[in-house]
Amino acid sequence: MKLTILFDRLRWEEKALQKEAQALGANAALVDAKPLVFEISRVRRAREFGDVVLQRCISFYRTLYLTRILENLGVSVVNPYLVTESCGNKLLTTLILAKAKIPTPRTMISLSSDTVAESAQKMGFPVVLKPFVGSWGRMVSIARDKEALLSIVELREELQNPIEHMYYLQEFVKRPPRDVRAVVAGDEIAACVYRYAPEDDWRTNVARGGLTKALKPNKELREIIFRAADAVGGGVLGVDAMESEEGYLVHEVNNTVEFAGAQAATSGSIARKIAAYVISRARK
Amino acid sequence: MDTKCAECDAQISIPDDAIVGEIVSCKDCGVEYEVAEIKNGTAMLKPAETIEEDWGE
Repeated sequence: MKLTILFDRLRWEEKALQKEAQALGANAALVDAKPLVFEISRVRRAREFGDVVLQRCISFYRTLYLTRILENLGVSVVNPYLVTESCGNKLLTTLILAKAKIPTPRTMISLSSDTVAESAQKMGFPVVLKPFVGSWGRMVSIARDKEALLSIVELREELQNPIEHMYYLQEFVKRPPRDVRAVVAGDEIAACVYRYAPEDDWRTNVARGGLTKALKPNKELREIIFRAADAVGGGVLGVDAMESEEGYLVHEVNNTVEFAGAQAATSGSIARKIAAYVISRARK
Repeated sequence: MDTKCAECDAQISIPDDAIVGEIVSCKDCGVEYEVAEIKNGTAMLKPAETIEEDWGE
């Protein structure tokens, strides 16, 4: 069984995944995606990527396009293109979660700057503004009142990219200074942790210095994690949830889940569980 | 495996088990490099890609 792990920035996680896949008997190769070139007008069966590909690129668009190309060449990719697209765009994720009736924070989209204040007032301040595509809490901002909101809008309008001129606004959920991250591999929760916001920040992202602590999910949490993972198409995912006064709310599902933070807080190899799932997805 | 930082000329030590694609950084100036090639026990470095807006999970 040959498994290809695609990367564009080699991190501890990719090396751990290769090691664990090899321990499970797979011939696992790490392949740098950056130098790859494809003649996409010619469709052929690409055998050089083996029986299954684990997509681990850090760039969302590189992940998205490369996955689509590989699927066109008959390659089985974890996660598939549609899962990647659904998770990589917060608008699409929220649409999917809402349609599947999975509790998620109240979210509004303003298609121009003219209606941002109106949307925020409907939800009530403070509101959280998030980019459609982005990670690690980057460009996620909180507006505690109309004045702060309009300052953010003014700055966004100065940016050249037209996607910045549409607005994803979310209620600021009253929650403890932590959220939940579950690493899902198929029908298994490979790890579940609390992520605590670092001092002087309200965001809990490990990339921003958030600290992790192991959590044994209860029945309600397990159910919502699996429902969210299934709704976006399943695979290897990072499901993020918050504890609100009304119960758990899923606010994000990540398609190229980073797990160094979760691994630091938990025992049992997360990479081993992911590798086992990916091997099970090999094209027969 | 050691090499010099192209930016500040400081010594960069590269772990013996480093593989192509791995990121190493200069302890003096912080510049990140990617291991481009390992030949006869010598690592060739190239500037690592810098953080982009679409990087993440």
